[in-house]
Amino acid sequence: MVKSAYSFATKKEKIENHIIVVWVDNEAGVLARVVGLFSGRGYNIDSLAVAEVDKKKNISRITITTSGTPQVLQQIKSQLGKLVPVHKVADFPRNKRTLMREMALLKVVSSKTQLEKAKKLCKKYKYTLLDKTEKSFVFEVSALEKEIDELIKKLQPLGLASASRTGVVAMTKGSETYKQH
Amino acid sequence: MANLMTGAEIVFKALEDQGVRHIFGYPGGAVLPIYDELKNHKSIQHILVRHEQGAGHAAEGYARSTGKPGVILVTSGPGATNTVTALTDAYMDSVPLVCITGQVPTHLIGTDAFQECDTTGITRPCTKHNWLVKDINKLSSILHRAFEVATTGRPGPVLVDIPKDIQFKKGKYVKPKEVKKKNGETDIKFNGKDKDIEAVVDLFRKSSKPILYTGGGVINSGPRATQLLRELVSLTGFPITSTLQGLGAFPGYDQQFLGMLGMHGTFEANNAMHDCDLMINIGARFDDRITGKIDEFSPQSKKIHIDIDPSSINKNISVDLALVGDVKIVLEKLILVFKKKDPNFAKSNKQRIAVWWNQIEKWRKKNSLGFINSKEVIKPQFAIQRLYELTKAQDVFITTEVGQHQMWAAQHYKFDKPNRWMTSGGLGTMGYGLPSAVGVQVAHPDKLVIDIAGEASVLMTMQEMSTAVQYKLPIKIFIINNEYMGMVRQWQEILHEKNYSESYTAALPDFVKLAEAYGCVGIRAKKPDELDEKITQMLSVNKPVIFDCVVDKEENCYPMIPSGKAHNQMLLGKQDEEDEISEEGKVLV
Repeated sequence: MVKSAYSFATKKEKIENHIIVVWVDNEAGVLARVVGLFSGRGYNIDSLAVAEVDKKKNISRITITTSGTPQVLQQIKSQLGKLVPVHKVADFPRNKRTLMREMALLKVVSSKTQLEKAKKLCKKYKYTLLDKTEKSFVFEVSALEKEIDELIKKLQPLGLASASRTGVVAMTKGSETYKQH
Repeated sequence: MANLMTGAEIVFKALEDQGVRHIFGYPGGAVLPIYDELKNHKSIQHILVRHEQGAGHAAEGYARSTGKPGVILVTSGPGATNTVTALTDAYMDSVPLVCITGQVPTHLIGTDAFQECDTTGITRPCTKHNWLVKDINKLSSILHRAFEVATTGRPGPVLVDIPKDIQFKKGKYVKPKEVKKKNGETDIKFNGKDKDIEAVVDLFRKSSKPILYTGGGVINSGPRATQLLRELVSLTGFPITSTLQGLGAFPGYDQQFLGMLGMHGTFEANNAMHDCDLMINIGARFDDRITGKIDEFSPQSKKIHIDIDPSSINKNISVDLALVGDVKIVLEKLILVFKKKDPNFAKSNKQRIAVWWNQIEKWRKKNSLGFINSKEVIKPQFAIQRLYELTKAQDVFITTEVGQHQMWAAQHYKFDKPNRWMTSGGLGTMGYGLPSAVGVQVAHPDKLVIDIAGEASVLMTMQEMSTAVQYKLPIKIFIINNEYMGMVRQWQEILHEKNYSESYTAALPDFVKLAEAYGCVGIRAKKPDELDEKITQMLSVNKPVIFDCVVDKEENCYPMIPSGKAHNQMLLGKQDEEDEISEEGKVLV
């Protein structure tokens, strides 16, 4: 996507999905700065996960899944790098070297037989049955984003009443951690 | 226990320690403690503007003409929101500003209090960074950090929002540390590799059709960068063109200078950009007014990009070689390596680029800035040419508004020094020029400061004449008056079948009487033969002047790259307009 006020959107470039991880000072307004940058410049946010990871240094880790052309993805990283409270920006490739997980809470309200069917479906993944009543189950499932998509689709006809997802978090494999430059 | 100071005292102590001499502002409820403290700080002069937007543009003019940050002081709510246009303007054009805003007391934040607004929320997208100060003991370090962020890396505006209770509270003052030249994580010194510099030199040697394309980054890098650029041009013998913001980095009358490029750039500059085999972008950002149609932008060239801002690289145009760093540091290194490798390059390379120069001379012969003069009416281009001829012997500072007059000024006024040309390029803010001239004149009280204006633009911030009169700032407002929003009219003529929808101003004030009402001098010129005499008269007045230069109403600004076209498809004059602009082209701006 080339943004010129008087050129036409021409060549359709390939859209890639990336996981961008940003380490920021955990201060007021920092999430608004990051999210505002995305909305202001027309970038996509497919999912977002944020929490403080270092209480002592006051650092939060933001994981954003986004999609765009290689040029746009490069811009996203450069623009994030310019924000004052941002310490470092990493681009985690979606391949075997990256560990990716998402957690979901799923409430199914249904008949006994249907609930058992739902449980069976969840067994495919790492799951915990958090809450159980006559009419409902609440599952905690930790899996890949795509797997949760699938599971939700399958649970819908079985009486999925509520779904809550954390958004993707990611980490590199092996002993190395990400360092800027 | 260390000496405790009130928030208001800390603000002034920090300003003093940062070397601030002037602030532009407007008082109000939430900033009164700071205004109360002003009397105790004689080294800082406060300039009272008539509207907070004026304070912003005045600070911009001050900053761009001195290279030092401009400082703004305004109140909460409307005071803050009125600065938004100026902050956005400064953000687009990389102007260092520190804007201090009052805020309602901490305990009232979020209650929709009188004159409360979410200032940091509103200004987040138009500042490099902003702060809401909630702890008095952090105030001084935040202020120092604000100056650091504004002035390092790619310069820009910052804002510090100070609640009224914090202004009263007592706390510790911390002196500015040794200023680290850092902007976020961006090291502004060139930390690229020597082999990149050598690669540049190699590309220089291989090129038979090179061009240097320079921008505002050269000027922001300081006077040393300008010197080095001139040295590079003479060492290489390469042609050079400049963006609107880069004018003045290289002498406008030099033979190697092809004039400004872009939408209203010269025929030779745009064609050279299109046909070159090597483009060296120094401190410019491939803005859409420069590139025209992206797909057809300089199709055959290798592109080198020197810029301090890593996000400028490959944003609009993909380049072959990027050198991220401060222009003066990169050029210093480049010239050093270049001189070592090839001390007689300009001579030995002359033959190689001779054909290229011949081609450029052919384009130049088109005289694309030419116009048909008249004995009956003043042609706007002629007015600016005469203004240039009659003032060029002095060290002149020119500001402009936005529109046709701005482009004519860029085309016909020849600059030979940096920091002499203040114009709103990125945002295109009508009303920029008059308050900007106020700021420039505050910084340079003995110099000639002229706002080349349009009658529509200048009315947007006309109230600042009152500021000029109060502080005895002898700014000259040279209005190219065609009674139209000229550029809007031009686009309507070319793109909208001459439907001049709302672009004519029917009830303009009498500018001469208006000048008198403000307590300054009004002069009007209506005929070409009286122009020189009237301009001379204007220059002899040591007071603010509004000069009403009544010009041809329907003159268009040429050359022009119309919407959706490439560099080599310029319109040179009226006869070219007949060439159809596509329906798609009309929707673009």
